[in-house]
Amino acid sequence: MKIPRKQRRNLGLAGVFGLFVLTSFLLDFSPGQEVARNFLLFLGHMLRVLPCVFLLIGLFDVWVSRETIEKHLGSEAGPWAYVWVFLLAGTTVGGLHIALPVAHALRSKGARLDIVLTFVSCGAVCRVPMTLFEASFLGWKFTLVRFAVSMPLVLLTSVLVGRHFEHRHYQLPEEK
Amino acid sequence: MAAIYILTTVLVVLSFLADRKKTWRGLRIGVKRFLKIAPAFLSMLLLVSVVLSFTPDQFLADVLARDSKWIAMVAGLSLGSVSVMPGFIAFPLCGILLEKGALYMVLSAFSTTLMMIGIATFPLEKAYLGTRLALARNAVSFFVALAVAIATGLVYGELL
Repeated sequence: MKIPRKQRRNLGLAGVFGLFVLTSFLLDFSPGQEVARNFLLFLGHMLRVLPCVFLLIGLFDVWVSRETIEKHLGSEAGPWAYVWVFLLAGTTVGGLHIALPVAHALRSKGARLDIVLTFVSCGAVCRVPMTLFEASFLGWKFTLVRFAVSMPLVLLTSVLVGRHFEHRHYQLPEEK
Repeated sequence: MAAIYILTTVLVVLSFLADRKKTWRGLRIGVKRFLKIAPAFLSMLLLVSVVLSFTPDQFLADVLARDSKWIAMVAGLSLGSVSVMPGFIAFPLCGILLEKGALYMVLSAFSTTLMMIGIATFPLEKAYLGTRLALARNAVSFFVALAVAIATGLVYGELL
């Protein structure tokens, strides 16, 4: 079986990583052990959320019609599209890594690029569950300033970048 | 966290009751997409765990809680852009940095770039958005983060 070049590179990377971690434990090299611990910690967190996210994406794919998304988040949709996408992004869990696959699913059902970008950036920075946590460490004033400033700017920049790329008929990479 | 399990279970059950065939198709699509992108997720995890392990808290405190607020600000923006941290680590860390004397605007710069911009998440973002769009989104996000940090500085009276 021929393995594609990209996969070979990934396998190589994983091999180097495994070897590094193994040697770190053998030689009692503590930063190396730290890397392994962090990796497992993050892997655990991912594995707790990602399966749900991808199952939901699958259900979304079969149940939500292209027409629905095009009507509410597509090129014909009005200003309400931004409200929907704020609500959608604001209530999701995770961060960039969760928002990205969902954004791709939205796009492949016909959502506009500026909507997709708003979703990604809001999913990263304006999540309600996260703010509770943030405010408990840094205070409400901090969190409110961040929300008040980032939300309009995310919207503005997403519209500018989205329209620019849409204008040039930008295509997202094929289905992932 | 529990909410997403409940939501997923309820939706899968409802979907099954409504249409079994469709549900199986949906679940297969979900699994297939997950397996396809799994390598990109893994390389992101590798990068994140390496980057995070070699930036100990003490180092961050030294850099972000400096006397010179402009150096600290630039450091906050750049360290946040390079590194990626899950929220459950980032905010407690910001709390610690605050106690060690970091300014609010520096923490704002650090945490906002941390969440919005990611060199470590870039392989993943590239896979979903394509290189050019991913680059553009990260670039404008940097300015959004800068604006947020400046606003924070003004509100807390740290800037002037």
